[in-house]
Amino acid sequence: MERHIQAPMSREDAKKLRAGDYVYITGTIYTARDAAHKRMQEALGRKEPLPFEMKDNLIYYMGPSPAWKGRPIGSAGPTTASRMDKYTPELLDLGLRGMIGKGKRSDAVKEAIVRNGAVYFAAVGGAGALLSKAITSAEVIAYDDLGAEAVRRLKVENFPVIVVIDSEGNDLYETAAEAYRSE
Amino acid sequence: MRTIDVVDVTRNIREMCIEANYFLTADMEDAMKAAVQNEKAPLGRQILGQLQDNLKIAGKEMIPICQDTGMAVVFLEIGQDVHFTGGSLEDAVNEGVRLGYTEGYLRKSVVGDPLIRTNTQDNTPAVIHYEITEGEHLEITVAPKGFGSENMSRIFMLKPADGIEGVKNAILTAVKDAGPNACPPMVVGVGIGGTFEKCALLAKKALIRPVNGRSPIRYVRELEEEMLERINRTGIGPGGLGGTTTALAVNINTYPTHIAGLPVAVNICCHVNRHAVRIL
Repeated sequence: MERHIQAPMSREDAKKLRAGDYVYITGTIYTARDAAHKRMQEALGRKEPLPFEMKDNLIYYMGPSPAWKGRPIGSAGPTTASRMDKYTPELLDLGLRGMIGKGKRSDAVKEAIVRNGAVYFAAVGGAGALLSKAITSAEVIAYDDLGAEAVRRLKVENFPVIVVIDSEGNDLYETAAEAYRSE
Repeated sequence: MRTIDVVDVTRNIREMCIEANYFLTADMEDAMKAAVQNEKAPLGRQILGQLQDNLKIAGKEMIPICQDTGMAVVFLEIGQDVHFTGGSLEDAVNEGVRLGYTEGYLRKSVVGDPLIRTNTQDNTPAVIHYEITEGEHLEITVAPKGFGSENMSRIFMLKPADGIEGVKNAILTAVKDAGPNACPPMVVGVGIGGTFEKCALLAKKALIRPVNGRSPIRYVRELEEEMLERINRTGIGPGGLGGTTTALAVNINTYPTHIAGLPVAVNICCHVNRHAVRIL
């Protein structure tokens, strides 16, 4: 099913999404990948505030290429989500509503998704030029020294993603391949 | 004897880093176009269609095809009658990478130490492979390698008794484990034989071979064809979201090995299988 949603997103809205839905996201999302997640976890350990509030927000696992002059961002596709599995349950328990990435998630992440009524989206890997066209602005808000891995606030307009793991724990990666398997 | 100034090496590598990250080679472009026609899954076709749009936007608006513009892998085939002047060849290669990645608006994805992990800010150093050949030419290949797929690559030290079935299982295991993480449709580079490190290098070099050419060795060619068909029967599909296009090609390189061994390396590349080749 094709849907249009706003970010940030409420738990109620997340619960309406089903694995396999094709979704266009409009609103504000945040980028963080390996190094930023490590720093956020360290900040939590020291009881320091995070660069942005987790509640109802979406994290995009993405480190862009540099923007040419006059453009908001460079190439901007998803990175592999499983590298963030170690950090994700804690962020979901703080209210993070969803993640955008690519690839499989651990059972611990799936359980945290269900427990918190969250959702995991996939963007098409290797389509960074196309996806960058749905990003209208980008601003580094933390960890500037990490370069491509800094935390950025993005404004997106009809950013195309697919629901892979929904709030009930259905996983499209497990079901979709079965349908076309002929071994 | 022929003299080559290393300044020419730097200039070419700078251009090749940029070229490879904005434009696919013709064989890869053709394979991606054919995939849209052949894919059976509607969502798979939609994703492959997006990847077609992505390639068009990349070339027309100069946005890198993928934000992971890779670690630069550089192969230098150096004729034994070539003499380099003007400084260190290794420094010249890295200077080319530095200029290409900074002036070409490519992402700096290299950390200076694997555990301390501070970004070097200019994507250097490159991974450089030198090979001495006959003659007086220098062949340069620049192959930026993204790590979504590199992380899913594997080496298997099989026993001779495992035979060709063991090799087939190793390839399928690597591809299935990679699944959606490696950004399918993938190109699968396989090395069989040699030693531990030679085998990995065979697999890496297999990724640079054209995706539309097959091995000249008959049994290897048959293995390439069989494995491509079997990988496309796994159902993984474009983006790992189901379909009949999981790989675009399986390229296999072989080398003599030891009586006690059967090494198999599987180097997986996503559909952004980038390389640029020049002969100076």
